[in-house]
Amino acid sequence: MKFDLLIFKKTVQALMFGGFMLLFACQPPSTGTGSAGVLAGDAASAVYVAPGEHDEFYSFMSGGFSGQVTVYGLPSGRLFKTIPVFSVDGEKGYGFNEETKPLLNTSYGFVPWDDAHHPELSQTNGNTDGRWLFINGNNTPRIARIDLSVFETVEIIEIPNSGGNHSSPFTTENTEYVVAGTRFGVPYPQKDVAINSYAENFKGMLTFIKVAENGEMDIAFQVLLPAFDYDLAHSGKGKSHGWTFFTSYNSEEKNTLLEVSASQNDKDFIAAVNWKKAEEYIAQGKFKEVPANYAHNVYDEHTHTATSTMKKTVKVLIPSECPGLVYFLPTPKSPHGVDVDPTGEYIVGNGKLSADLTVHSFSKMLTAIENEAFEKEIEGVPVLKFEDVVGGVVKEPGLGPLHTEFDNKGNAYTTFFISSEVVKWKVGTWEVLDRVPCYYSVGHLMIPGGDSKNPQGKYLVALNKITKDRYLPTGPEVCHSAQLYDISGDKMKLLLDFPTMGEPHYAQGISADRIAPKSRKIYPIEENRHPYRTMGEKESKVVREGNIVHVYMTSIRSHFSPDNIEGIKVGDKVYFHLTNLEQDYDVPHGLSVMGANNAELLVMPGQTETLLWEPQRVGVYPFYCTDFCSALHQEMQGYIRVSPAGATVPLKWSLGEEEAEI
Amino acid sequence: MKNLPRILMIIAAFGVLSLFVFPMWRISLYAPQYPDGVTMYIYINHIGGTSPGTLQNVNILNHYVGMKMIEPDSIPELVYFPYVVGALSFLALIAAAINRSKWFLFWGILFFVLAAFGLYDFYLWEYDYGSNLSPTAPIKIPGASFQPPLIGRKVILNFVADSFPHTGGILAGISGVLAFVAWWLKRQSKSHA
Repeated sequence: MKFDLLIFKKTVQALMFGGFMLLFACQPPSTGTGSAGVLAGDAASAVYVAPGEHDEFYSFMSGGFSGQVTVYGLPSGRLFKTIPVFSVDGEKGYGFNEETKPLLNTSYGFVPWDDAHHPELSQTNGNTDGRWLFINGNNTPRIARIDLSVFETVEIIEIPNSGGNHSSPFTTENTEYVVAGTRFGVPYPQKDVAINSYAENFKGMLTFIKVAENGEMDIAFQVLLPAFDYDLAHSGKGKSHGWTFFTSYNSEEKNTLLEVSASQNDKDFIAAVNWKKAEEYIAQGKFKEVPANYAHNVYDEHTHTATSTMKKTVKVLIPSECPGLVYFLPTPKSPHGVDVDPTGEYIVGNGKLSADLTVHSFSKMLTAIENEAFEKEIEGVPVLKFEDVVGGVVKEPGLGPLHTEFDNKGNAYTTFFISSEVVKWKVGTWEVLDRVPCYYSVGHLMIPGGDSKNPQGKYLVALNKITKDRYLPTGPEVCHSAQLYDISGDKMKLLLDFPTMGEPHYAQGISADRIAPKSRKIYPIEENRHPYRTMGEKESKVVREGNIVHVYMTSIRSHFSPDNIEGIKVGDKVYFHLTNLEQDYDVPHGLSVMGANNAELLVMPGQTETLLWEPQRVGVYPFYCTDFCSALHQEMQGYIRVSPAGATVPLKWSLGEEEAEI
Repeated sequence: MKNLPRILMIIAAFGVLSLFVFPMWRISLYAPQYPDGVTMYIYINHIGGTSPGTLQNVNILNHYVGMKMIEPDSIPELVYFPYVVGALSFLALIAAAINRSKWFLFWGILFFVLAAFGLYDFYLWEYDYGSNLSPTAPIKIPGASFQPPLIGRKVILNFVADSFPHTGGILAGISGVLAFVAWWLKRQSKSHA
């Protein structure tokens, strides 16, 4: 029995040990994602902006599928504003009021949503200048311009002969142009053909949009290329000023199961377009003027109204007829970002399926072109030899390189989507200097001025696609995120982690002093040229034209004039033209009317906006101010009386005891 | 420097004329939500402010407590003050031409009598705006006076109100003093002669 007991004891011990090992093995490996463990030094004080103090940088982030742009302060990560661009926004009445509806007009009619991808600040001499922010709409190809004195969208131009405007807008050194490259090959011209006739019938168009002194955009020319998928772009600077580089994937020209079929070639291409050469060809008349149909929408800051014009032709340059216009630089494999270093010499092709990071040399490219050392030609475009143009390779830096930006000390920073990290490397020696993890799956990154001639390298923002356990859960859909790193030292330091709106594909940063002093406080009322403006309470009135009723209404703390309206009938279309008479900073007034099928108005001081209201039922309906304006805001309200269709109730309007009648 | 007294009188004439260029007085209101303050500039012929909307903004603030609208068109002083100032400047030039100490003294006294009347008038307007409140005011505060100080600083509800002479007012004041200096110098030179 004694023996048996011993065996029993040993068996129990063995089982317990095995069980313990089993338990141990079930624990996941430590991945070190706990934020407290990663933070070095006093990160909190590095991002603390005391109440009442201002951030050092503005950061403009694309909203991705929200269609908007968000404005954050850095280093605090505080959200200041959502600027509605491609999507309607009830908060501001954008796309709902009569004045901004034309901004969203396209050749397909009113398109109230888009996928906003890459914000790009205007530049002067290769430096961000704080005048405008451009951003592309990917789905229904468009580019928008935001005026940074008012932080409002003031122009949207549609891009014809394109399908998916992804490699856009990426300005040139003096904002001569913004560009648009089609992500999807489409039949050119659009026609009813078999999809599998892709290689034969489909084309890829690169578009150059001229930006005038006042910011207005106009399509200067398009370049007709093979139907590769043009992914991202950047223009040259300094010595490479005059060139714009576009990455491409799907050089296989496939139209189905692209995740496999478009990932076969060892090398795809960076298209290098010499736009100064293009200007010469345009001047010589070597273009084809082809029929097109695209919308150009401009908002006038004096009429406070947008107008939409349809344009009917576009100039197309064909590479086989324009030698020297475009070259292809072979680049491994399906490159995403194409990023030009601050000197303009190096062009980083972020081959997202490549193990290495390829960097082309601009001067080697020029020599290769001079020597006509071409590997072959594709549809009239000479293909340079890879070894003739490559300037350096960063060896095995990580998995899935997507996008690179630069600091002011000769370093580059590349995001790696698959290995979820940012890697710092030295331009010229190509050695990896540092790496930091991102939580999780970083897409693009941003350094203020990081794609300009003079990066303001102090912070780096990584834009992450996946957050999972990083914040409190909010159901199946959780936020994307931004992570702020201090890059002033040798090693990158994670400082802050904050949620973002929609999906920020890219961002731009700029020191606040380039924008803040120019920020407008009001619209001077005497400059208001809105056709339905009301320049004072005494001019407020109601005018009937058949079943259309125009209410010339004013707002000032704390009442509307008029605030009692009678004589409206079911079936009328009532236009409330609200002029905000205020001339004080930060005193907008809102207007909402019960049962309105659109949204509120949010009218800035000195501005006029119009709400269309179509009364459906007899009764008396309240309207009120929606933006808390004063101590008597809650009293800022009124009534509109709706009578039956055939009623003879006279048109009447009033404020206080006085009453006007016609 | 035999001509110094006359020169001083000519300077005084121009000092008074500066009222046509620079504000006579300023009234500033400060509150946390007005970080830059709201400043009205009182000229001899109009009321200005830091922005074209200043007067409207002040009137909007005032209407909560039932103060009257400040409407420059309804203030007669803004019409006749320019004539008074013009005449005063002209008299200074005449005094300089006559070059008699008595005239300098007379002008100096005239200046300060008019200035005293002006200030008293200003006080009356301030009193009227500050205490003559509408019975239908949305906000009524028993015993509160909204009269800004004639000169100096005062707390009015959530605002700190400053009232001080501005460039034109200061230059004009110096002009009045110069007349007395001229009178004294002239007398000195006469007694030595």
